[in-house]
Amino acid sequence: MNRQRVTSLLAPVAVALVATVGLLALADAPPLQALGLIGEGAFAGRGRVADTLMAWAPVAIAGGGLIVTFAAGLWNIGVEGQMVTGAIAASAVARSLPGDRPLVITLTVLAGVVGGASWGLIAGLLKVKGRVNEIFAGIGLGFVAQAFATYLIIGPWQRAGVASTSGTEPFRQETWLPTVGGTRLAPIALTVAVLVLLGIRLVMRNTRFGLRLRAVGSNPASAALLGVPAGATTLRAFLVGGGLAGLAGALLVTGIQHKLVPAIGGGRGFLAVLVVLLAGSRVWVVGLIALFFAAISVGSSQLQLRLNLDSSLGSVIQGLLVLTAVLYGGWRARRERSAPAIAPAG
Amino acid sequence: MEATLASIVAAAAPLIYAAVGEAITERAGIINLSLDGSILLSAMSGFAIAYTTGSVGLGFVAAALVSALVALVVAWSGISLRLNQVAVGFVLTLLGAALSSYLGEGFAHRPGPAVTPRPIPGLSEIPGIGKALFGQNLSVYGSLALVIAAAWILARHRFGLELRAVGERPEAAHARGINVNRYRYGAAALGGALVGVAGAAFSLDQKLGWSDGHTAGFGWIALAIVIFGGWQPIRVALGCYLFGALQVVALRLQDRVPGLAQILPSLPFPLMIFALVLVNAPALRRLMGRSSRAVRWILPEAPAALGRNFAPE
Repeated sequence: MNRQRVTSLLAPVAVALVATVGLLALADAPPLQALGLIGEGAFAGRGRVADTLMAWAPVAIAGGGLIVTFAAGLWNIGVEGQMVTGAIAASAVARSLPGDRPLVITLTVLAGVVGGASWGLIAGLLKVKGRVNEIFAGIGLGFVAQAFATYLIIGPWQRAGVASTSGTEPFRQETWLPTVGGTRLAPIALTVAVLVLLGIRLVMRNTRFGLRLRAVGSNPASAALLGVPAGATTLRAFLVGGGLAGLAGALLVTGIQHKLVPAIGGGRGFLAVLVVLLAGSRVWVVGLIALFFAAISVGSSQLQLRLNLDSSLGSVIQGLLVLTAVLYGGWRARRERSAPAIAPAG
Repeated sequence: MEATLASIVAAAAPLIYAAVGEAITERAGIINLSLDGSILLSAMSGFAIAYTTGSVGLGFVAAALVSALVALVVAWSGISLRLNQVAVGFVLTLLGAALSSYLGEGFAHRPGPAVTPRPIPGLSEIPGIGKALFGQNLSVYGSLALVIAAAWILARHRFGLELRAVGERPEAAHARGINVNRYRYGAAALGGALVGVAGAAFSLDQKLGWSDGHTAGFGWIALAIVIFGGWQPIRVALGCYLFGALQVVALRLQDRVPGLAQILPSLPFPLMIFALVLVNAPALRRLMGRSSRAVRWILPEAPAALGRNFAPE
């Protein structure tokens, strides 16, 4: 790693850190202790590590899907809604299908993939056939998915006797991902996440599809001249991105919640967008930053318990990091543009 | 009926500030996607300042400043750093929401000051529309005045014409001696300030106080209505009143139809998507003739240079 790379990584972290310390001081909280608590909350003890890893899996999976859509030049902000439809489809299977654990879990997870992919496909069709900007289609479809989940929870899928927005009845235990070591760690979820990331790396590097995605993303006009079908490539990107978001949603149902709750995505899809904005298209960096962000999310819940600070500080730190990194990148690019062509001596 | 009409006009006021503000910004070619986070942040700041100082007016000013600052970050990142405005706007959406939640914790669920009702004597007794138009408070009157002023300035005033030129054809505007990026900064600051006023109009008038995620989703709804309303203040306002009507109706039916209140906020989005599909449908455009005034009124297009950065070299 050269020096420029290191500063471009450290400068945003330093700025975000200073801002965070300022925010903590504003709340009369001891900054070092608070930051220490975040680390402790994320990693101290097997249970915490398990929680962090389980928070990592859905973000990493959705992030993998976003690498694909970003490569095609698409802003798949609908990822959050695709997570929700994935969770809805998974719940539909989990609550109704009889049978043994391996079969039920497999079908539940596959249903999630289909649920997410269908929502992605709609956004893709709106983009390709209707020329509707994918950001607004995605946000719009997300609201619809969210409303549909809420409707199911207080309507047809309501708990016996009480229509409450706290969620459905927990699904039967055969639909839960098996956990290990008395923690909430489900090895299946982690394995799936790692496989997804490896698969994305393979697809992006070694397949014609990966090449086409990048061609369409970097220059749609010349891609068309070279015979790359832009529309079909865009649709496939949405299918993959949506399917992976749906997979993440299914894991939230089977691995974490064990029932359908409103807003089941909980902003994890949006968090995945932040991760990929920061990490770029390199798969292992996406995995790493997803882990870092998952640790911040899980760790900051300790702030509430121990220092009576709002746990949203974690989201603030994540947002600050990405904002400063993006702005810093732009600022450096501008300096390079305005620098004289011949470097001064010395 | 009179009371219903009055509550629709009042309920739509915050949305009008946000949507008309964003329409002005977008008309100049800047897309400020941060609305949903920006409104949350300004709603919180407006309430916090009004709560601390006891002055509702100061609350509105603080809210306007906060959201203007957010909008200027978007504009700066696009104009000076040539970054993708959508990317920066999206990050600010999430950051604004998180900051409002963190900084607003101490002000959550507290009774605080509110805009005082100021019915205009005489006029507010006009049967039918009197109560809706003249029986409100300054925040609501302001929203009505804004629609009229924005529509007039954009259509007729020199400032509005130059602003539109900057958003449609920045190169041509530059060639005619208009400082494109100064206009864009101005439109971003003005639109942002109005987004901030929208936040304060929530927390100090329509949905009193502050709680986590207080205005959830309204920023996105405002962004949708800007498209739905074709970037024209009057039509944008009509979209806001339509949504205000839906809200009021849902509130009345809440007891009879459970869950309506939760589902309702998603309604503008299918409508918006439908409108966008229509707007872009080539068949419909051909059917109506390509560039007649009627087509442009019914099927408006986005400002040609929306989101495209301009460097005058």
